[in-house]
Amino acid sequence: MNQAISVSGLSKRYRLHHVSRPSYQSLREVVSESMRNLVRRGFQTTGNQASREYDEEFWALKDVGFQVDAGDRVGIIGRNGAGKSTLLKILSRITEPTEGRVEIRGRVSSLLEVGTGFHPELTGRENIFLNGTVLGMSSREIRRKFDEIVAFAEIERFLDTPVKRYSSGMYVRLAFAVAAHLEPDILVIDEVLAVGDAQFQKKCLGKMKEVTGEGRTVLFVSHNMTTVTSLCNRCVLLERGRIKAIGNAAEVTKLYFGSDAEGRGSEIRFESLDKSPGDSFARLRGARLVDPGGRTIDFIRLDQPIGVEMTYEVLRPGLRQIPNFHVFAQGQYAFVSSPATNDEKYPGLYRSTMWIPARLLNEGLYSIGLALTSVNPVVVHFNYQDALYFSVLDDLHDPNRNDYTHGVPGVVRPRLDWSLERIREVAKA
Amino acid sequence: MRDAVVPPVLVLEAGRTERHYWRDLWRYRELLYFLARRDIAVRYKQTFFGIAWAVVRPLATMLVFTLVFGRIAKLPSDGVPYSLLVFSGMLPWFFFASALGDTSGSLVANSNLLSKVYFPRLIVPISTVVVPLVDLAVGLVLLVAMMVVLGYPPSFRLLALPGFILLAFGAALGLGLWFAAMNVKYRDFQFVVPFILMFGLYASPVGFSTKVIPSQWRLLYSLNPMVGVIEGFRWAVLGKSFAPPAEGLLLSAALIVLLLATGVWFFRRTERSFADVI
Repeated sequence: MNQAISVSGLSKRYRLHHVSRPSYQSLREVVSESMRNLVRRGFQTTGNQASREYDEEFWALKDVGFQVDAGDRVGIIGRNGAGKSTLLKILSRITEPTEGRVEIRGRVSSLLEVGTGFHPELTGRENIFLNGTVLGMSSREIRRKFDEIVAFAEIERFLDTPVKRYSSGMYVRLAFAVAAHLEPDILVIDEVLAVGDAQFQKKCLGKMKEVTGEGRTVLFVSHNMTTVTSLCNRCVLLERGRIKAIGNAAEVTKLYFGSDAEGRGSEIRFESLDKSPGDSFARLRGARLVDPGGRTIDFIRLDQPIGVEMTYEVLRPGLRQIPNFHVFAQGQYAFVSSPATNDEKYPGLYRSTMWIPARLLNEGLYSIGLALTSVNPVVVHFNYQDALYFSVLDDLHDPNRNDYTHGVPGVVRPRLDWSLERIREVAKA
Repeated sequence: MRDAVVPPVLVLEAGRTERHYWRDLWRYRELLYFLARRDIAVRYKQTFFGIAWAVVRPLATMLVFTLVFGRIAKLPSDGVPYSLLVFSGMLPWFFFASALGDTSGSLVANSNLLSKVYFPRLIVPISTVVVPLVDLAVGLVLLVAMMVVLGYPPSFRLLALPGFILLAFGAALGLGLWFAAMNVKYRDFQFVVPFILMFGLYASPVGFSTKVIPSQWRLLYSLNPMVGVIEGFRWAVLGKSFAPPAEGLLLSAALIVLLLATGVWFFRRTERSFADVI
């Protein structure tokens, strides 16, 4: 198999220019400076001596290396700031690397945005040619595919209308239609598929599959793991500018959910009682996420239940402590849950488990805060936010999806009862 | 495009000058065409008078200059109608000024393209210089009409105009490349350029003939590259008595070539970092 792209030792450094106070300013400096400013104000001096300009180096990519075979469809995933966009920009020749080397065999087209170069004053027809040449097509090539592009975008009637009069849907459809008719050997795409309405998204995804099926090499950046796994056969996981994992798409996308850089995940433990959250009545000792078999897990499929298990130690009798768990979906409060029973607790080690049923939560990243509270009188023994993280993975074959292949919005995704009946027959005209 | 059996290897490395830059520039010539076409199409969109502005602006300026320099200051015109003297100087100058002004801001104006797609960046300033040629063409038609009305029938000398237009083009592009590249990092140049142009309008022989310049200063004056261009225009329109001194014209031309060469050099040196700083 011949290589299409080979990347070795690739690094990219950005210099961030700061004009601000250095963060290591001491209180003494702050005080003396404000005194100085007070004195100065009368003399109308300008500038603040303590605010210095300084450059900070930042490695957006560090020592990245991988190979892509011709015909491979490679997903590039990672959290915000992991270096995905920088990598694409280097491969698209928009910016040059600071170190390292890239070898590319074949004609590259990159699609970091749909509709690059679109001008609102120009008509749809004019913009097809402009955008096409911007993306590297020849005008002969565009003329040859012109009808196809127009048909794909479904804008025949508005071909000679300035695109500023287009609805946002039409605009995006036209932009994508041009891009979808590129025929490079290597296609580099940033997250541009999530455009338009559901109907059109499906069409785009279909077109992408068709394009990638023609033996073309594709590099694809996305946040949507569902799309990545359905489009790509291989995957590169970036974390803070370095490659964390590379390999089979299904396996690497699983790692993505475990790659939370903050270190917290599916389990926490407090070995020392003194340092654990809590008060003189009770302290948190640990927590983890479990599957029904009792194994620690950090992600589940949509159709699986997940257990949140907390161990805590009651140190003094006399109160009725109630565990309560706070579930957040991407930072938004989803719900709070606590058990229905509440007896007086005697000293000892306790374990409570909350079961989140299958098909309650939608696909996404969730965090859980652990709290222990007594009522009458109200005492919050501890309230430990963002203790655990887990991800719910979507199931593309969920029958309720009806072959819809994109993200379904919402925090919850219950499977509800539906009824469907024809209430009247309409006679054929 | 897919007929190549062994696809060429493209190597990306720090500081590597692209071997195929000029070939790429040629390959992307259609982009140059469509960008220029875009700017021309958009130039007078949503204006009531449209392309008529290309007629009204130079005519109005010509009237003011004729009044100020010819009637009030009573500068000499060698028996030629002052309006024709002014207009033949204004055309190349206005082309130069609007080309230089637009080119200096062209990279910033097209920053969305620079940060999203690859193409030889020289395309952007070059396509921008092309746009005011449309106004110039309209102006030339006006000029010929004025010549006929005022009794100066066009002669074969007009055939030399493309040469002088090329010089003005080179001057605007050469300087424009410098300013455009510097403007990417230091937006100060968006204030510097209009100032230079305002100053240049009076420092160049637009409203007056170079004959008012004492002869010992003439050569020095030709260090302003637009002096040669404007003198050339006057000669082509008004005849032998306005023939530019050969050494002055050569000096202007040499300077323009130098500007262009250094402009390309500086632009190529800085273009790799455009996307990072824009």
